[in-house]
Amino acid sequence: MTTVATAKNWDEFMEGIWKQNPVFVMILGMCPTLAVTVSAVNALSMGVATAFVLVASCGLVSMMRNITPKEVRIAVYIVIIATFVTAVDYAIQAISLALYDALGAFIQLIVVNCIILGRAEAHAAKNPPLPAMINAAGMGVGFTIGLLALGVVREILGAGTLFGVSLFGAHFQPWVIMVLPPGGFFVLGSWLLLFSWHARRKQAREVPQNA
Amino acid sequence: MHETTFQIFINALLANNFVLAMFLGLCPFLGVSGKLDTAFPMGVATTFVMLVASLCAYGLNLLLTAFHLEFLRLISYIVIIASSVQLVEMVLKKYSPALFRALGIYLPLITTNCAVLGVALFQTAREYDFIQSMTFSFGGGAGFTLALVLMASVRERLQLSDVPGLAQGTALSLMLAGILSLSFMGFAGLGG
Repeated sequence: MTTVATAKNWDEFMEGIWKQNPVFVMILGMCPTLAVTVSAVNALSMGVATAFVLVASCGLVSMMRNITPKEVRIAVYIVIIATFVTAVDYAIQAISLALYDALGAFIQLIVVNCIILGRAEAHAAKNPPLPAMINAAGMGVGFTIGLLALGVVREILGAGTLFGVSLFGAHFQPWVIMVLPPGGFFVLGSWLLLFSWHARRKQAREVPQNA
Repeated sequence: MHETTFQIFINALLANNFVLAMFLGLCPFLGVSGKLDTAFPMGVATTFVMLVASLCAYGLNLLLTAFHLEFLRLISYIVIIASSVQLVEMVLKKYSPALFRALGIYLPLITTNCAVLGVALFQTAREYDFIQSMTFSFGGGAGFTLALVLMASVRERLQLSDVPGLAQGTALSLMLAGILSLSFMGFAGLGG
């Protein structure tokens, strides 16, 4: 019984990381994805902040699912999310002012990140707290991985560093466009191309086996 | 850092375009930009909501500062935006049912458009006065509309061209947005 439950929880968790990855599959939460991923550190902290808000608000939404009137549910969700975002905003300001300046208004803009509202509406409102939080954690990790995938590529190409450590020495000529706005669009577009190429190859391999 | 009103407008419209330089409001940008017919009304409606939200946020911020309740800023802004979207919806329904029907589902979705919340947050962070706030939100809205219309016209053209099947869909839109963004970088420094 326990193993079945664990396996189900594991599936619930993995869903957000791979099959329904918010960045690469569902293309949700684009604004922070592209805006803050100029460096790996920014991407990681944005991902962790979003994941925290996601897990906490999905837990609360799920606990309150039976006493929330249907008509005002969206307003309730938004207020819950905004409360947690305010907490995160103040926490980041207290931990690192440099990070706070780098992320800027995008910490507060977590409120309107469609991933969180989407999860609250589609999953947390219909499930008990534990599965809802596990699912939210999976989505949060998936979102963080997506942000990191962008942040790492953009930092290596655009600044020649990774997590602030210089990779190529002094002679590296940085590809500045990658840390500027257009780079965000290009890198995400390339990742999507890579994924659809992978999906197509997998499909091509499966067809002969079945025939 | 003294910007003239005109500089604020030009900056929000072109040099720091909300969509292509600051990555605000990307969801409607990628979602609604398929056809020119829906892109333009959507841009106008968003601009209008931005103006209303900016006006309310300015007044509210005065009130919150007076009572030292700055930590409630985010929560009250989002409630204001949700209510002004509701207001716009009701007004449109009463006075222009045709436009209301044309916009349909996109109208309530403006609530979760980060460009609208972005306007309210940025004008607070930069301590703009009343005139500056209104100029900023109008410029931002016009810039949003411009980006949406440009993108929609390019995508309408692209439907007729022969692109590799692999690149169809979102990947193609993102590459397009990248190129648009690249060209908008040419406006850098225009607003001083």
